[in-house]
Amino acid sequence: MNKRDFLKGLILFFPAGGVLGALAGELDAKETAPAQTGTAGAAPKPGPKAYDPKAHYYGMGIEIDKCIGCNRCVEACKAENDVPREPFFFRTWIERYVIKKDGDVVVESISVKSKASKETAQEDSDVLRTFFVPKLCNHCVHPPCVQVCPVGATFATEDGVVLIDSKRCIGCRYCIQACPYGARYLDPRTKTADKCSFCYHRVRQGLLPACVEVCPTQARIFGDLKSKASRLVRFARMNKIHVLKPSLNTEPKVYYAQLDGEVR
Amino acid sequence: MSAEMTEGLSELLEQITGFIYPNEIEIHWSILIVVYPYITGLVAGAFILASLVKVFNVKDVQPTYRLALLTALAFLLVAPLPLLLHLGRPELFYEILLTPNVTSAMAMFGFVYAWYLMGVLLLEVWFEYRRDLIVMAGRERGLMRWIHRALSLFSTDTSEAALAFDRKAIRAITIVGIPSAFLLHGYVGFIFGSVKANPWWSSVLMPIVFLMSAIVSGIALVIFLYMMLAAIRKEPVDMRCLDTVTSYLFYAVIVDFSLEALDFIHRLYESEESVKILGKLITHKLFMSLFVLQILIGMFIPLGILVVAKWRKLNEDGRKLLYFTAVILIQLGIFSTRWNVVIGGQLFSKSFRGLMAYKMEVMGIEGFLAAIVLLALPFVILAVLIRVLPTKRLVDEAPGPA
Amino acid sequence: MRIPEQVKRLAVVVAVIIAGVLVTRFYAIPRSLVSTDLHRSSTVQRELAKPVKFAGSEICQGCHEAEGIKKNRSFHRNLSCEGCHGPATQHTEDPMAVKPPAPRDRKFCPVCHAYDASRPTGFPQINPTVHNPLKPCIACHNPHDPTPPQTPRACSACHAQIERTKAVSSHALLVCTTCHTVSEQHKKAPRTALPSKPQTREFCAKCHGKDSPQKDPPKIDVTTHGTPYLCWQCHYPHLPEGRG
Repeated sequence: MNKRDFLKGLILFFPAGGVLGALAGELDAKETAPAQTGTAGAAPKPGPKAYDPKAHYYGMGIEIDKCIGCNRCVEACKAENDVPREPFFFRTWIERYVIKKDGDVVVESISVKSKASKETAQEDSDVLRTFFVPKLCNHCVHPPCVQVCPVGATFATEDGVVLIDSKRCIGCRYCIQACPYGARYLDPRTKTADKCSFCYHRVRQGLLPACVEVCPTQARIFGDLKSKASRLVRFARMNKIHVLKPSLNTEPKVYYAQLDGEVR
Repeated sequence: MSAEMTEGLSELLEQITGFIYPNEIEIHWSILIVVYPYITGLVAGAFILASLVKVFNVKDVQPTYRLALLTALAFLLVAPLPLLLHLGRPELFYEILLTPNVTSAMAMFGFVYAWYLMGVLLLEVWFEYRRDLIVMAGRERGLMRWIHRALSLFSTDTSEAALAFDRKAIRAITIVGIPSAFLLHGYVGFIFGSVKANPWWSSVLMPIVFLMSAIVSGIALVIFLYMMLAAIRKEPVDMRCLDTVTSYLFYAVIVDFSLEALDFIHRLYESEESVKILGKLITHKLFMSLFVLQILIGMFIPLGILVVAKWRKLNEDGRKLLYFTAVILIQLGIFSTRWNVVIGGQLFSKSFRGLMAYKMEVMGIEGFLAAIVLLALPFVILAVLIRVLPTKRLVDEAPGPA
Repeated sequence: MRIPEQVKRLAVVVAVIIAGVLVTRFYAIPRSLVSTDLHRSSTVQRELAKPVKFAGSEICQGCHEAEGIKKNRSFHRNLSCEGCHGPATQHTEDPMAVKPPAPRDRKFCPVCHAYDASRPTGFPQINPTVHNPLKPCIACHNPHDPTPPQTPRACSACHAQIERTKAVSSHALLVCTTCHTVSEQHKKAPRTALPSKPQTREFCAKCHGKDSPQKDPPKIDVTTHGTPYLCWQCHYPHLPEGRG
């Protein structure tokens, strides 16, 4: 290795990679080209009136007192979004908190069955209170994952959903390190980062996210923060709202009612 | 998804203590990401040692100047490899150059690296070796003659005016190079220090601690290589040089230790929400690598050895032996430092309620063997570099090596 | 000033590199590869193209009107059809070929209704091992309107835990209605029509007062013992000998 060879190598190497990538990219670009102009606003294809992302801003409310820990949401999420079935990858999951009278707090994720976890909490006379907490990507207003992604593969849409471009994610996992909520995982099949998308494909069709759809007690409330008539805005108005780890200033858009101070 | 992976994760699941978020079972930044800051640290440290000669005119250190430069170059060439191998999709690495995300510290890697390699290190090496390349090309024939001619960019001017310009250029590059070396490794520290979600990493001192430990490890490595090279060539070691460099090493270790102690005391004193789990982390998971390897074996014992060597007025062989032992222990200590930061930072849950386990692969692209290969590779590159670029300035009549 | 020879040579190399990088970046690489906007819009497109597997409750009512009406008047009014029957988009596309499953065994209902201390109070829960063992849930409960035709075994059907506690206490022989007045409405809407609780100290004194004609119960002087509290503020009536 010498300087000249190295420089020459560099000159050839980077563009060569670029050109190869470009060829691959162009093929994709051609396939999706009409669709792209569709979102850009030109909307050549007929359909319902054009969707304006700026007019919406999505969030979710969670009412702790309603969650029965039935895990239907977790299963529905895995089915809807093709999440690996192994119990290590979750776009959403449920935690059980048991607060003892002496101040001890025992937490477990009931969505993962380990040898240690019990089927149900035992009635224990030293339990002060116990409850379930659903967790998912908070779709933060200031998402640390978006900030750190070196290639800009994860981004927040104008309607407030944090998405991942799985074609450009290089699998560096900096976003997984940066997420304070443990909401991200590396999909073992694609080796790219993945997480909750608020079921963006459903929401844009006017459907609810799968977890909200199947929740039997309506512990989850999905809605548009920009619509003052939405259930979410009403929920936020009627309840005392908390978010997770507010001190990190990520400004989560998953709002919890009746959240215990022990939850983090 | 392979059954092997499921099995591995299930095994890890059983080793968890307390509560972790279910996605946290997998430790994402493996041994390769330990190797990466270790190697870049060696680059920055070796370069800063080299700069002592040119900017601060420390004449005693002159014998290690070229070796330090070549060491920096050899390790810098390997530095991106652990990052590349660690990517889930290494074939897409060019995305980082096509659409770098301006808010991402990591996206700056390509630019910081390219600047340091091409704007600083290669330039300095070129100006330093230009005259020798011309002289060597004049004496040789065949392949080596062409290699040396090409490396000098077919330049032929060895007039005093041209050589004076080389010297000025080197000095200018070094002056730019020191902040660049600080940038290169301080930046690596920033990648960790800026992760606010992780209290073990998130610290404004992180870049500075990284930098000081880089200087420690870089100086120690050059001392090691200098002594090895002298032994291989059966040449005498310049003891004045060695004494001076080891005293720099001594002071660097003191500063590094003070910074790390400051960081530790600061965390303890502020005692934030995370203090409990971090306490468990260092007593349960990092006891060996932090207290024993990093602090005792990697810092206190070498410091003691250096003190003994300096003030006991030992003879040359005794000093050499002690210095050699100290630099090896220091390397071990700095590697543990990197381990404790990178792996340690991933062994506790961001819920602050539990600890995870890391099981290092042996084979595989992110395994122990890959790390060993990556750590050995710079030495191979260095051996080749030394064959092409002599570590001693050519005297006009002396025959060139190789 | 004369430019040194080596600088000229170096300048050529540097110029070639810079030119190479600039040409590659701004000419050789197509815009589709470097445009963040295009990347994002194509990501959104890919996201939108993902198949919907849960069709949503509204579409079900189109064909299954009767079930819908029945369900929407019952305690299960908030349940989504697919919460029990699973993702059904394929069924909506080809109703004859794809049939969503209907869970019928005893394992399914306890997913929600098995007793679990972490579940909110008031949510109907049973102990699956003692609640009509081995009988399929649907033998008594219609999942689309789960309120059973008559409340079996009266109060203990829902308040099994209280029943079990009371059964081992010295109040075992008292029936619930000794102390509680329960309206018929309570069986249909437990939270809206609550049973009464004794509101006076004299109520307990009927048995425990020192003037009571009953022989067995422990006696106290209601005028002095623990005034001014109601008895059940200190004693748990379902297990009065338990610690306070």
